[in-house]
Amino acid sequence: MRAFRNLLAAALLSVAAPALPAFAQDEAPTPPPQNWSFAGVFGGLDLAAAQRGFQVYSEVCATCHSLNLLHYRDLEGLGLTDDQIKAVAAAVTVPLGVDDQGNPKTGPGTPASPFRAPFANEQAARAAMNGALPPDLSLIVNAREGHANYVYAILTGFQDAPAGFKMMGGMNYNQYFAGHQIAMPQPLHDGQVTYADGSPNRIENEAHDVVTFLYWAANPEEIQRKQIGVRVVLFLIFMSGITYAVKRKVWADIH
Amino acid sequence: MAGLNKSEFKNPVVNWIDTRLPVFTMMQKEYGTFPTPRNFNYLWNFGALAMVIMMIMIATGIFLAMNYQPNTALAFNSVQRIMRDVNYGWLIRYVHQNGASMFFIVTYIHIFRGMYYGSYKYPRELLWMLGVVIMLIMMATAFMGYVLPWGQMSYWGATVITNLFSAFPLVGQPIVTWLWGGFSVDLPTLNRFYALHYLLPFVLVGVVFLHVAALHITGSNNPLGIDVKTPQDTVPFHPYYTVKDSVGVCVFLLIFALVVFFAPNFLGDPNNFIPANPLQTPSDIVPEWYFLPYYAILRSVPNKLGGVCMMFGSILVLFVLPWLDTSPVRSARFRPLYRKLIFVWALAFVVLGYCGMNKPEGIFVILSRICTLYYFFHFLVLLPILGKLERPLPLPESISRPVIGGGGGPMPSGAVAKPMEKA
Repeated sequence: MRAFRNLLAAALLSVAAPALPAFAQDEAPTPPPQNWSFAGVFGGLDLAAAQRGFQVYSEVCATCHSLNLLHYRDLEGLGLTDDQIKAVAAAVTVPLGVDDQGNPKTGPGTPASPFRAPFANEQAARAAMNGALPPDLSLIVNAREGHANYVYAILTGFQDAPAGFKMMGGMNYNQYFAGHQIAMPQPLHDGQVTYADGSPNRIENEAHDVVTFLYWAANPEEIQRKQIGVRVVLFLIFMSGITYAVKRKVWADIH
Repeated sequence: MAGLNKSEFKNPVVNWIDTRLPVFTMMQKEYGTFPTPRNFNYLWNFGALAMVIMMIMIATGIFLAMNYQPNTALAFNSVQRIMRDVNYGWLIRYVHQNGASMFFIVTYIHIFRGMYYGSYKYPRELLWMLGVVIMLIMMATAFMGYVLPWGQMSYWGATVITNLFSAFPLVGQPIVTWLWGGFSVDLPTLNRFYALHYLLPFVLVGVVFLHVAALHITGSNNPLGIDVKTPQDTVPFHPYYTVKDSVGVCVFLLIFALVVFFAPNFLGDPNNFIPANPLQTPSDIVPEWYFLPYYAILRSVPNKLGGVCMMFGSILVLFVLPWLDTSPVRSARFRPLYRKLIFVWALAFVVLGYCGMNKPEGIFVILSRICTLYYFFHFLVLLPILGKLERPLPLPESISRPVIGGGGGPMPSGAVAKPMEKA
């Protein structure tokens, strides 16, 4: 809706610019647009970047943030093979219900297991996190105005607080966060994650990769959606044309 | 055996059925040979388009209902399960979600066409009023459907809108409690909204049937707004309008597909990707775009009860539109003043929508007040006196004459001040 609003605002402003006072600026600056592999009608998904992003998530984000809506089997969408997925799942310990005596059971994960959550529940997370709740990241890219650009901006937007800015205890200054005080400490740093393929791992690269991964996590159907969409649209253009031709022919004796 | 239908169908099975239950004769009469004015422009597609999208909504909705869990603890994740794990669930859901917007776009254009060409006037008043009932049912259905995914905007939208009823003195709060089934929007609210969201579309189908039945008694209006006089004025519905409606349906589906496949969340709110949280209010609570003009009317009045009455009044006034408009001429084509003023009204409606998506501060308060006043001024003051002040242009003798003479082209789409020079 915000995109729609901006569009309308631009349209209205271009007509009535002198008549309207300047809009109040949001406290946080608009996240600058980045280059995303998934942008546009034909945009696919940079699978290599998304896989690197999965590594960033697993090594950094997963310490605090869950991905509750994902299962290990979903990693097929990132281009992982069945064996790779089994290995990834088996490397984590997940809850497996209760045993015959009714005691909670844990064991290695399978492709059918949901992603392991770092905390058992909200209270455990808040207790460990100084009262703050790290949000689930399954839909985070869709759930914020600015989407991928915003998440990227947050990850790269940590700064020292300007002189005179009053920080609350345990908070961190982020130029793109509303109110500028965010409970999350800067998660990514240059060289924090060493990629197996030797890709550059400056903070910008890490943030870009993990946002690509999170975009996929929020919209796993998108590649298939766009592929089907192109075919459906081409078909409907063809159908519209042919139906219009029939219409012309049927109506020829009337006009 | 006086009751048996003399069927003219050759196929023995069809003939056997048609003799006992003349559905084939009826379809032949109402959709085959049905005499239809020959001069429709493409704006007359939108009734058929609304019918198509209604059926799409019901079909996709039934499949969604098979996988949806109307429970506050499960609803949000069950929708995500549809998106991720149900075969083509994302397609069904995106069609249903964006289908609501398409339904409203089509219906609003359909209504505006009726207003522009005076389709609500004698003898089609009841047809028009049934249409207003359809719009009200659509709004109720859409509102309750938006609550079901149980995101932040679902929850808070439901809270704000149901709370409107608390504006009524004495009975207000009990009504709200009764609607909620408790003391806040919660599980009972979600359950009943789900039940009603499943029920109301079928009520809608019933009223649509009456709408179409009434249409087939009075016959369609047409761009000239004059009555059908001779058989030369009409063509059989099939094949002329079946094929013309098919063109419209294809183009409509094309636009629909572009939205569903390439921008399915364009009209959505990011907040609805966050599960409902009664303890955290989003910074702005905005309804879906199709409710924004009414939301702006609601907020333009400083008094809550006044705002609620104005909001409901803005739709209820449509019921009496056939009697507020005193001009005997139907089509705006022959009403030089109305033809301009109806676009001023439409502009006010669009500006109201724009005000509705912004916080009620500064310019938007003033704008929405001016537009709200104009909205009602148009119906309650302008239309009654316009019929007496305006000097309509001379009406053509018949439909067939100007059509054969090369007149009667389509209305330029969306042109506000532009007169209809392209014939």
